[in-house]
Order: sequence, then C-alpha cells, then structure tokens
Amino acid sequence: MARHTDLRRFTGFRGLTILCLVLLYAPLVIVAVYSFNDSASITRWGGFSGKWYVDVFTGPESPKFRQAAVNSFVIAIGAATCATIIATAAAVAMHRTGRFRGKGASIALINLPLMVPEIVTAVASLIFFITIGFTTGLLTIFIAHLVFCIPFAYLPISARMQSVPDMYEQAAMDLYATPWEAFRLVLLPLMIPGILSGFLLAFIISLDDFLITNFVKGAGIETLPTAIFGSVKQGIKPNIMAISTLLLGVSVVFVTLSWLIGRAGQSRT
Amino acid sequence: MDQHSVAVDVDRVVKRYGTVTALHGVSMDIRQGEFFTLLGPSGCGKTTLLRCIAGFEDVSEGAIRLKGEDIAPLPPHKRPVNTVFQQYALFPHMTVLENVSFGLRRRGWSDRDASGRSREVLEMVRLSDFAKRRPGQLSGGQQQRVALARALAPGPEVLLLDEPLSALDLKLRQAVRVELKQIQRETGIAFVFVTHDQEEALTMSDRIAVMSEGRVQQIGSPRAIYEAPQNRFVADFIGETNLLDVTVTSVSAGMAELELPGGLPLRCPAAEGAVQGAGHVSVRPERIAIGAPGAGTLPATVADHVYLGTDIQLHAKLDDGAPILVRMQNAGQDSVPEAGSRLGLTIEAGAARLLAD
Ligand SMILES: Nc1ncnc2c1ncn2[C@@H]1O[C@H](COP(=O)(O)OP(=O)(O)OP(=O)(O)O)[C@@H](O)[C@H]1O
Ligand SMILES: [Mg+2]
Repeated sequence: MARHTDLRRFTGFRGLTILCLVLLYAPLVIVAVYSFNDSASITRWGGFSGKWYVDVFTGPESPKFRQAAVNSFVIAIGAATCATIIATAAAVAMHRTGRFRGKGASIALINLPLMVPEIVTAVASLIFFITIGFTTGLLTIFIAHLVFCIPFAYLPISARMQSVPDMYEQAAMDLYATPWEAFRLVLLPLMIPGILSGFLLAFIISLDDFLITNFVKGAGIETLPTAIFGSVKQGIKPNIMAISTLLLGVSVVFVTLSWLIGRAGQSRT
Repeated sequence: MDQHSVAVDVDRVVKRYGTVTALHGVSMDIRQGEFFTLLGPSGCGKTTLLRCIAGFEDVSEGAIRLKGEDIAPLPPHKRPVNTVFQQYALFPHMTVLENVSFGLRRRGWSDRDASGRSREVLEMVRLSDFAKRRPGQLSGGQQQRVALARALAPGPEVLLLDEPLSALDLKLRQAVRVELKQIQRETGIAFVFVTHDQEEALTMSDRIAVMSEGRVQQIGSPRAIYEAPQNRFVADFIGETNLLDVTVTSVSAGMAELELPGGLPLRCPAAEGAVQGAGHVSVRPERIAIGAPGAGTLPATVADHVYLGTDIQLHAKLDDGAPILVRMQNAGQDSVPEAGSRLGLTIEAGAARLLAD
C-alpha cells in the first residue's frame, strides 16, 4: 500500500481508534473487573474475590437465576434450531429455484424484522397473542423469538448459498443423484459453515433479547435478561455483575465460534 | 456392437431462452465410440446443446434420442450420460476417491465395489496416489483428470466434455489432448467434446460439427472440414484461407467450371448446393504455387512478407485489388519475392473449392 494512502497514517487515526475502543469496551471491562470485587459496593474496590460467582450459584437469588437460565437456553436452542431450518429452506427457495413471482417481496418479508423497531414488534406480538387468546408463557416467548431469529439466521446462510455455485448440484445430478441426494450430499455439507454461523447468531440474539421477551412473557416466567433486569430494579449488587460477566463469556465464545467456522468454510472452497 | 450405430441422435433441436434462440433446429448423429467435437465461436450454442443432452435444459422443439429412445421425459439423474464440467465442479468436501465413487454409489454399488472400480479408473488417469486428497490440494491438471475419472467411472453411454482443457496452460493442454484421445479409444465411450479451438478439434476428433449462431454449418471428418468446407463460415473459421470472388459458369456432378478474378478459367470441386452465377471459392494459402507471371497463371503483386520460421507468408494483391495470402515452405530459398514484384500464381488442381454461399 502506498505510504500516503495508508489509513494508519491519517492524522488523529490513533486517538480516534483508542477513543472508540474505550467507549465500546470500558463498561464491559469495569463490569468484569468489579464482578471479582470483595466488597458489596459496586464503586469501591475491596480486594479480589470470587464470592459473587459463588453467590450466583448458591445465594438466595440462585434458584430464580437458575430457572431463568434454563428458560433462556431452552428457548434460545429451540428458537435458533427452528429459525435455522426455516432460514435454510428460505435460502434454497431464494437461490436455487430460479425466478418466481413475488421473489423480491419474499426477500423483503424475510428481512423486514431487521428493520422494524423492536418495540413495535414487541407491542405487536403482545397484541397478537392476546387477540388470538394465547396464554402468555414460555411458548409465546419461544414463538416470538423464533420469528425475530429467522432473519438473523437467514443472513449468513443466504450469503453462503450465494457463494456456492449451483454447478456442484448439477454435477451431483449428472452423477445420478436425485435432487434430494444432491441437496443432502453436496449442497448441505457445503452450506454447513453458513448454517452454523446462522444458528449461533440466532442463538445469541435469542439469549440476549430483553424487550420483546419482557412484553410477551407470562407472569412469573423469566429469562436471564428479564431476571437480571428485575433484580437490578431492586438495586445493583455485584452478583449481577458476575452473571453479566458469565453471559458475556458465553456470547464471546459463541461469536468466536461462529467467526471461526465461517473462516474455515471460506478457506475450504 | 456395430461401430456405426448411433449413440445420440439430435433431431431438429430448437432451444429458446425467452426471446433469445440459442439453437435453431440443430441435427446430428453421434456414433457409438466416436470422438465427436462441437466446434464454434463463443455464443454459438455449444454449451446449450450439451446441457440439453445432459438434461439441465429442456428442448423447446425437436428431440434428443439416446440409442433410439427419446430422453425428454428423463431428468438429468436418470440419463446415462456424464459430464466433465468446464470448471470441473469437483465436490470440495470429498476426497478424490469419494468424488470418483459418487456416481457409482448413487447407482447402488456397494462401498467396496465402488471404491474398487474407482481405483481402477484413477489408475487409468494416473492419479492412484492422490485418492485420499481433496480437490483443493491438487493442481489444475490433476483436478481435470479427477473430473474425467469421476465422469468415466459409472461407464456412461456418452461422455460430454465442455471445454475441459480451457483452464489449462498451453503446454499441459497439448499433453492432455493426447491422453484424452487415448482414454477415449481405450474406453470406447462416445465423447462429445466442446471447444472453440480449431487446432484441438482437428487433432483429436473423429468427426467435427462446426456450429455458428445456433446452427450446424457442417459435419465431417477433420480432413473433410478442412479440405472440403461447405461454406464461407467453415472455410474461414477452420485454418486460414483465401475467399475469392468468382463467376460460376456451370456446376454438375460435384464439379464446377468457373472464372477466377481476371477471367482465368478453373475447374474445381463444388460444395453441395453451389449454383451458377456469382460465388466464392476457398483456396488454402499453402496450396498456391508461385512462379513468374505468364499464361495460365493468376497475376498478383507482392505487398509484404512475414517470416514464420517453418513457413514464409506472402501478402499479395490480385490485379482487381483483392488481397491474397500465399504460404510457402521455408526450404532455404535464397530470395523471397520482394514487395512490389509481380508473381504468377498457380492454383493446384483440387486445391480450390467452390462454396455453397
Ligand atoms: N440461461 C440463458 N438465458 C438466456 N440466454 C442464454 C442462456 N444460456 C445461454 N444463452 C444464450 O444462448 C447463446 C448460446 O450460449 P452458449 O452458452 O450455448 O454458447 P457457447 O457456444 O457455449 O459459448 P462459449 O464458447 O462462450 O461457451 C448465447 O447467445 C447465450 O447468450
Ligand atoms: Mg460454453
């Protein structure tokens, strides 16, 4: 790269970069550090201790958090799985069936939830469930999550499918594979990186959702984000920081996995 | 089995894509065990015809018959035809052996039998040592051979090859030509080979179909295509030629009486469909002899010469201004006719051919 077009040499590049990184990550770092605070204060450092992590699993609030965590994971796994299957089917329809009427509209419809303000979706979902007489509870959370997870699962899956030329399936069919075998034995394995990325993304989005969940959850049913919020309303204790740090850890692991899988897939084809 | 029985019968096939007509009533018989080449410039419909035979496209009109049976109702996976794709399309997530076994496994062979047969085919393309690798770990030439092995393994009635050598560099391409031709002879499978490289077509084929703009211009042996072109397109597309404007006085029994530019009379073979009146003859540059001007020769003036090593090419002009190309063998002549010098050209008996258009 030529010296004077190198972005790194622009005036203020270093300062701006550091400012952005601080704004992005300082709060997270503070939460993570203070989760190991020995004192009960959230502002004063009282020495290193893991006691808030112990508190999360054994303290007075632990049954509540345990139940919320189970709910969160069950919903996230279920919603992400279903969303991934639906998104894969949608991607096949979009990229492997040629032109059909309403294709543009279908793409827009699949991706629309990304554009609609979440609060609108939340209110609309609640009204919808009330209108059709559904009792709010785990099932309503699951359905709502499934819906908004689809576009997130769809994005990497669709991108991947576009990068797999259809000559592979044609070659498979040329070699006596039925259309289903061509899909199962050739397209699907080539899609795996996209599908896993889509699943992980949907999983994280579901695990992390607060707004919609808060609207459609039934009384007494909590997911981790709503449980944390409920707890914070009664004052922030360091155990919240410990839970948040744990959740952050889970997210980082999944996002990293998703990225690694995407990269491995790219280097192979 | 009768050597000349028909493997693929393409019968007046028309293929339209919306308003674009890619094939305008194409007919040809591909015989069992022959190396048949579709030759033509880019966009003439070669790939389209292959895709129609393989089943990736439906024909708009006409029929394609495999050993006499109309294959229109058969989807691609039920046609006993395999393809070597231009980009090879090897399955990147499978090993070489799995790639080659794929077709056999789909046809219900056991894992063991399929592997055994695949190893035989890999042996034939000299890739036995690469069975466990993935396509990404092979060179372009090796991938090309895997693609060939994969298509040959199930023992198709017909093998379709869409410009399989175009991704290889020149040196490799020439080596693979010989190899491919040898494998075709050994297996006895009919090859339908697509290329736009006339040299490739001439050196490898038993028969060539020259195509242009969705139509078959001529079908014949390399020799017939080169020496007895049917029309101006074929004469011009295959090798170098001179197309001279002539006046035809009579055509009968495949021979024409005509007058060359300047009025010199000539008797030469005529393509089917040639008629009296204004016409064109094709004369290959290497079939023209040069000498001193005189009676019975075609007078011309040298404009330039190009030294090509084995040959020397003379660019000359006839007296009516029409350019003419003469190729003389480099036999160590002391002198090459200088620019501006006058020549008398003699067109050898049988060197000229009256074209149909
Ligand atoms: N799917 C399609 N839709 C519309 N037109 C098409 C389609 N496929 C091919 N054509 C047209 O049909 C004609 C023949 O195309 P084809 O690919 O058969 O040419 P080709 O002889 O294989 O050329 P090349 O040597 O460049 O591969 C071209 O004019 C092309 O634009
Ligand atoms: Mg082509």
